[in-house]
Amino acid sequence: MYGLFLRHFFLIKSSFPRILDLIYWPSIQIILWGFISKFFSTYSDYYNNTVGIILTCAILYDFLFRSSISFNMLFLEEIWSRNFTNLFIAPMKISEIIISLVFTALIRTLIGLVPAILLTSPLFGISILNLGVPLFFLFLSLYIFGITLGLFVSSGLIRFGPSFENIAWSSLFLLAPLGCIYYPIEILPEFFQILAKGLPLVYIFDETRNILVNNFVNFENILYAFYLNAIYLLIGICLFYFSFSKARKKGSLINMGE
Amino acid sequence: MIEVINLSKSFQNNKAVNNVNFDIGENEIIGLLGPNGCGKTTTIAMILGLLKPTKGKILINKKNIENHRIELLHKMNFISPYIELPKKLTVKQNLIVYAKLYNVKNIDQQIEYLSSTLRLDKFINRLTGELSSGQKNRVSLAKSLINNPSVLLLDEPTASLDPETGNFIRSFLEDYIKQKKISILLASHNMEEVKRLCTSVMMMKNGKIIDRGAPTELIKKHGRKNLEEVFLKLARAEHEF
Repeated sequence: MYGLFLRHFFLIKSSFPRILDLIYWPSIQIILWGFISKFFSTYSDYYNNTVGIILTCAILYDFLFRSSISFNMLFLEEIWSRNFTNLFIAPMKISEIIISLVFTALIRTLIGLVPAILLTSPLFGISILNLGVPLFFLFLSLYIFGITLGLFVSSGLIRFGPSFENIAWSSLFLLAPLGCIYYPIEILPEFFQILAKGLPLVYIFDETRNILVNNFVNFENILYAFYLNAIYLLIGICLFYFSFSKARKKGSLINMGE
Repeated sequence: MIEVINLSKSFQNNKAVNNVNFDIGENEIIGLLGPNGCGKTTTIAMILGLLKPTKGKILINKKNIENHRIELLHKMNFISPYIELPKKLTVKQNLIVYAKLYNVKNIDQQIEYLSSTLRLDKFINRLTGELSSGQKNRVSLAKSLINNPSVLLLDEPTASLDPETGNFIRSFLEDYIKQKKISILLASHNMEEVKRLCTSVMMMKNGKIIDRGAPTELIKKHGRKNLEEVFLKLARAEHEF
């Protein structure tokens, strides 16, 4: 019994990512729900349609989460099945790999999203389609940010191998408190507001709430989100190429999955 | 045709491959022997473009892999027991996926040919993960031949196989090289396999090629009874031959 305890204790003790993982999840949950609680206690009369707004934001956030995870999963599945090397000795350009992952991730994401959208209507009498035409731009913006995060994480997987897997799962939860999904940016402490303004999520979710609460579309928010997305996407693509080049120098493409 | 010229690879201060030179002509199988960690897999990885050499170059059909990687990979392939195909796909689905990735024309015809010659017919529609290691090995070999490669790299292709399956793979490769224009590099620890298949053998140690020649020549040169004894002698020796 003590031996089994030691087996896991030694594993945790020698692995900083594992220790970080243990601390990370409770901290993120507390921070996220702390901000949500603060918002509702301060602005309890802000929404007439609280359930609708929370659910719409939850669906949009889930779309973002699914798109990013789908992108990462495509990579992780190749690592888990020890097929990674086979893919990288196939005659595919990096650009072709990225494009195929982007489209496959979209299909995976939509498979998960459509039932969720359909369920909210009969269960809660809420339709995300109430957002109208801007919904397309909000989805597109979230998808671009999702695959951008996917590119960042996949770059880490290429460069550092399966040990980077935990980051793949936790990347979006790290951004959730700063993304202001369920509350306006003013709820955050000032320092966090500065960081949050650098994320397209703030503008996307702020605009979602704006449309639902005020029945008015502020295209400035949508455009600004696209502008930030373009910058991050470009950085993500460059990072992916850079990681591949580094992996070829360091040899991490050979031992992947072991 | 493969030409490896002054090839070196260092990881920090460790020289994994140290100034290696060799070439493999058409319809030639060259064996690469050496103890674990001697640089065989590193050499193969550089030929495949998975690893960037620190020094030297690799020419495939007179073109440098560093500058023409994607173009050359169309005509190359690789098999290793340490790399697998997706387990949740059927054998046929896996072969279709790789045929598409290599832009193979006449996919059905090619799969049909490989399926019959490698005896995959009985389990072609089964999940790859459900197969025995001998069956998986034949599927991996089929994958490595799906694009009719002119350069084939085999890293211990019969490791952990029963004698019958091992013998089947060896016989298949013997026949295959007679029918196709192909250059094969075979890294193996099975000395009988190397003696049977290879026209020439390179002995590698500490990242260097320390001796080379036809298997029978090496046995004679070192005054040993078989290739295994030559291997042991060279592996334990402290100087080059």
